[in-house]
Amino acid sequence: MTGWSFIRLATILVYLFMFAPVAVVMLLAFNASQFGSFPMTGLSLRWFVELAQNDAIVRAFQTSMVLGALTSVISTTLGVTASLAMVRYDFPGKNLLNTALIAPILVPEVVLAVSLLLFLQFLSMPKNFVLLLLGHVIFTLPFVVLVVQARLVGIKKEYEEAAQSLGASPIQTFFQVTLPLLMPAVAAGMLFAFTISFDDITGTLFWKPPGVETVPTQIFAMLRNSISPEINALGTVMIIITVALPLTGAGIARWLASRSGG
Amino acid sequence: MALAAEGERDARPWILLSPALTAITLLLAIPTCFVVVYSFWLRTATGDEQVGFYLDNWIEVLSDPFYRDILLYTLKIGVITTVCCALMGYPAAYFIAFSKMRNKAFLLLLLMLPFWISYIIRTMSWINILGVSGAVNYALQTLGIVGQPIQMLYNEATVVLGLIHFLLPFMVLNIYVSLEGIDPNLNAAARSLGSTPFQAFREVTLPLSLPGLAAGSLLCFVLGSGTYITPLVLGGPGDGMFANLIYDAIITQLNWPLGSALSIVLLVVLGAVVLLYNRYLSLGQISKGLG
Repeated sequence: MTGWSFIRLATILVYLFMFAPVAVVMLLAFNASQFGSFPMTGLSLRWFVELAQNDAIVRAFQTSMVLGALTSVISTTLGVTASLAMVRYDFPGKNLLNTALIAPILVPEVVLAVSLLLFLQFLSMPKNFVLLLLGHVIFTLPFVVLVVQARLVGIKKEYEEAAQSLGASPIQTFFQVTLPLLMPAVAAGMLFAFTISFDDITGTLFWKPPGVETVPTQIFAMLRNSISPEINALGTVMIIITVALPLTGAGIARWLASRSGG
Repeated sequence: MALAAEGERDARPWILLSPALTAITLLLAIPTCFVVVYSFWLRTATGDEQVGFYLDNWIEVLSDPFYRDILLYTLKIGVITTVCCALMGYPAAYFIAFSKMRNKAFLLLLLMLPFWISYIIRTMSWINILGVSGAVNYALQTLGIVGQPIQMLYNEATVVLGLIHFLLPFMVLNIYVSLEGIDPNLNAAARSLGSTPFQAFREVTLPLSLPGLAAGSLLCFVLGSGTYITPLVLGGPGDGMFANLIYDAIITQLNWPLGSALSIVLLVVLGAVVLLYNRYLSLGQISKGLG
């Protein structure tokens, strides 16, 4: 029993270690003191107001949102079609191709970032938003493929076969049977891609054109210049977006499932 | 007729795969090969690149002890981080897997949360804890233990700390997945045959969880050794890792041929670790954690 209490204590400490620093970021975001650090002098929303009034931050925010949305649509389209092929069909070289699809996470992200940057610059493509978008698509693709494949395995092939035997064309079958069944996987893939894109800094620092910032690179720049008090508020907004979004999504999915089930 | 239908069916997976494979080829495979070519070019004094076959970058990278030392330092940091993650992660994963409490799902959900929180935020959060005006210094000063705030940040230890904080969830999740897959009857059988709880753990549970431990270690090591953000945010001037050399060469010095050679070195070293792992254990274990 003492062994078990030791394990429990260790677990509590590990969870504290994982969450205390992040909790402190969120706590200090509401600090009324003018330095944004300890001690807490009171609760205030002043740093959030300053965020909204800071043009650079608002622009970074818009860039991140647009980039994340486009990345998630493109990456999920590529990922869902590829996963369908992987789960639904047998063909030669399947294992090799599966490895190829997740290759972008097997290559260190720095190397991925350098290769793409140098290659597209060699093709005389300037550092621009498209480079950033292509980078985010290739980097998020393996995650989408893994998540969508895992969900797809659970969808029975029989439904599609039934539809086809009742006279539906393959296209009709896809849009009326496969896609509706696939929607949770598509949604999960899109959310995942959006979050990864929205949070990414390693590749983004290489790909971003000068003068363009995403929220993470903006935070990075603010850290390097001087620790500005707004930084905790900006971090908090980011956490809320990337954590609340999937949780709300999961909640809605559960609610829909329980409604259709009952 | 039957053959024709068979042929048609065979084309469909390729149509479905073509967009993703095109993207992988154009944005990953060809660019990576191109970096190899680029590493043999030369950056001239005027800043232009000279196309050709020059070994200068490679001679510099492979013979200068400066690069070798930083590579070894990077691998050392990777190993320390991985070992710490394993030591901290195992008990937590064990607790989540075998706890009888009702809040187990909540613990699992919490474990997933760090994956949704940006790496940069998790890294910079330590400045609020250990910085000159952070929580620890505030506590020490309030308690009167120190008069002046102590500078605890910007050294090797805080780089390792930041990396552990970033990578621990990968470790816990992978160990948890493999612990969860163990048949509880095995442990019970070992106990009924007379082994102590610790013996049962050592002889049954631990060996069966090694695939998860190995998968988590691989992720921690490869991700930890390939980063440049943590040393930039939490390290001092001398704490740069190998990826920082690449960042400096490409972004600061604009010496792209040198940066290419350095990138290939990192790719080969970390790629060798992944291949070695895949030789003995399957990479499939890692995707299990994500699904």
